[in-house]
Amino acid sequence: MSLIEVAGITHRYGERAVLQNVNLSVDSGEVFALIGPTGAGKTTLLRIMNLLEFPSAGEIYFGGKWIPRAGRQRLEIRRRMSFIHQKPQVFNLSVYDNVACGLRWRGEKKNKIAEKVDHILEMVELEGYKNRNARTLSGGEAQRVALARSLVLEPEVLLLDEPTANLDPVSTTKIEQLVSYVARQHNTTMIMATHDMSQGRQLADRIGVLLDGRLVQTGNAVDIFHSPQNEEVAHFVGMENIIEGVIGVSNGGIVTVNIDGNGLQAVSNCPVGKKVCACIRPEDITLALYNTQSSARNSFRGEVIRVTTLGPLSRVEMNCGFPLIALVTKISAEELNLQVGSKVFATFKATGVHIMEKEISQ
Amino acid sequence: MTEIWDGLTKAIELIISLDPEVMQIAGRSLVISGTSCLVASLICLPLASLIHFNQFRGKRAIVSTIQTLFAMPTVLIGLVVLVLLSRVGPLGFFGILFTPTAMVIGQILLISPLLLGFTVSALSGVSREIVDTATSLGASRFQTVWLVLKEARYAVLAAVIMGFARAISEVGCAMMVGGNIKGATRVMTTAIALEASKGDIALGMALGIILLFLALIINIALNRLQQR
Repeated sequence: MSLIEVAGITHRYGERAVLQNVNLSVDSGEVFALIGPTGAGKTTLLRIMNLLEFPSAGEIYFGGKWIPRAGRQRLEIRRRMSFIHQKPQVFNLSVYDNVACGLRWRGEKKNKIAEKVDHILEMVELEGYKNRNARTLSGGEAQRVALARSLVLEPEVLLLDEPTANLDPVSTTKIEQLVSYVARQHNTTMIMATHDMSQGRQLADRIGVLLDGRLVQTGNAVDIFHSPQNEEVAHFVGMENIIEGVIGVSNGGIVTVNIDGNGLQAVSNCPVGKKVCACIRPEDITLALYNTQSSARNSFRGEVIRVTTLGPLSRVEMNCGFPLIALVTKISAEELNLQVGSKVFATFKATGVHIMEKEISQ
Repeated sequence: MTEIWDGLTKAIELIISLDPEVMQIAGRSLVISGTSCLVASLICLPLASLIHFNQFRGKRAIVSTIQTLFAMPTVLIGLVVLVLLSRVGPLGFFGILFTPTAMVIGQILLISPLLLGFTVSALSGVSREIVDTATSLGASRFQTVWLVLKEARYAVLAAVIMGFARAISEVGCAMMVGGNIKGATRVMTTAIALEASKGDIALGMALGIILLFLALIINIALNRLQQR
């Protein structure tokens, strides 16, 4: 059942429309990731969901009930949620008082507060910091205080705005683990804004792509990362190969896309003659020095133009009559002795190709 | 120059000997200014919060007016209160002119703009994000205001200290509505003015030094309080 729903949300700051007709419904217990580049409107959408801001237009429903624009009800609904802001703002109070304040505001009993706060501080490994002023903590510690302060409320909905944007990898992992642990334990509904796609992919049940104030696509990780709806989404989710072509042959769900004379096979039902974009994720392409027999339907001979090392991976740019980018492990790149000018075979399955109808240019 | 030295020795003498009259005057100064500062704080802190947390027309004008009133001469306040409380004045029936109560009223009027203005600016120093965070964590409007006051406590306390300092150091209003009546409304500042006009510079100086000494103690106490 839908726990929180926004319908037709449009929001303007002066002339600029930050959100345009956003419709989103998140189910109880669901973990939803809102991905999009900075400035796409993720924070604004979360603020509107947390009832911190009034949208210029549109309605919000919580547990199926419409939320009015004024009145006590907003506070009551807000108290069933918790919002972890991007930059942790700790109050100029002790760590204990910071974590306790939400419970105090809800009129919780003193001994109950002490019990809950002690428990949560232990979980975020800050039990020794109870009496320290929270302003004296490091960024990672402050973020953990902010997290504890929200989680101690056991909210039905947890809104997270780039919870790990300013943290080192170790702190990031800690926070991700903690958030998913607590969410699982209490079956918390989570809505998380992030520009880090791997984080969204890893933690979320469902993902929404917010581009330029529009919720362009929602779906599970496979939908979003392998079947983007349009070029914009494809670009954002790291579909580095977006190749334009025309459907040449269509036969029983398998099409051949004509790309400057090269035939590329893909799974699609597009009719012949349609202009399309063929999208291939660079990690779905394998490279070999010889044309090996395999079940993969596509194999192209190309020349290496550039090899870039990205940590344990190598990004190989090739010219196969059309530009193609592959992501292989650094070790295999070394074994193949890939250098500029090397001739290689790039192989990928027909199912690894996502066909998008070319949008009629606006 | 010898007067200053004489004043200093005399002040030490008076403090050490716990001179009953000086102690009484000092005590009265403390009580009157302390009361006016307390009452003014109780009025001005909520009022300043109201001004800060609400958007309304003429807000800037109000703040500018308040800031202008910082410069209010004490004798002018004294004059206004005198007119209001005099037997023929609109509030004359209370019969409180030339009593400590009248002095407290005068001092409240005197320091309220200061307390209001500085509290508003203290609250403005608390970031919007803090307010949002509190709201997100489920604070009601009142709880948010209280938290913001606590966040701004150093600056708010500075405003209160400033109000107290202005109250205990003013002479014009205390003289006009108190009347400098020995044993009833004589406070440190009016006593200094009297001793100086009588020509007893050393005693005046001694009283002045004691006044500053008192202010020092109050400040230390309040600073202790805010560090907790």
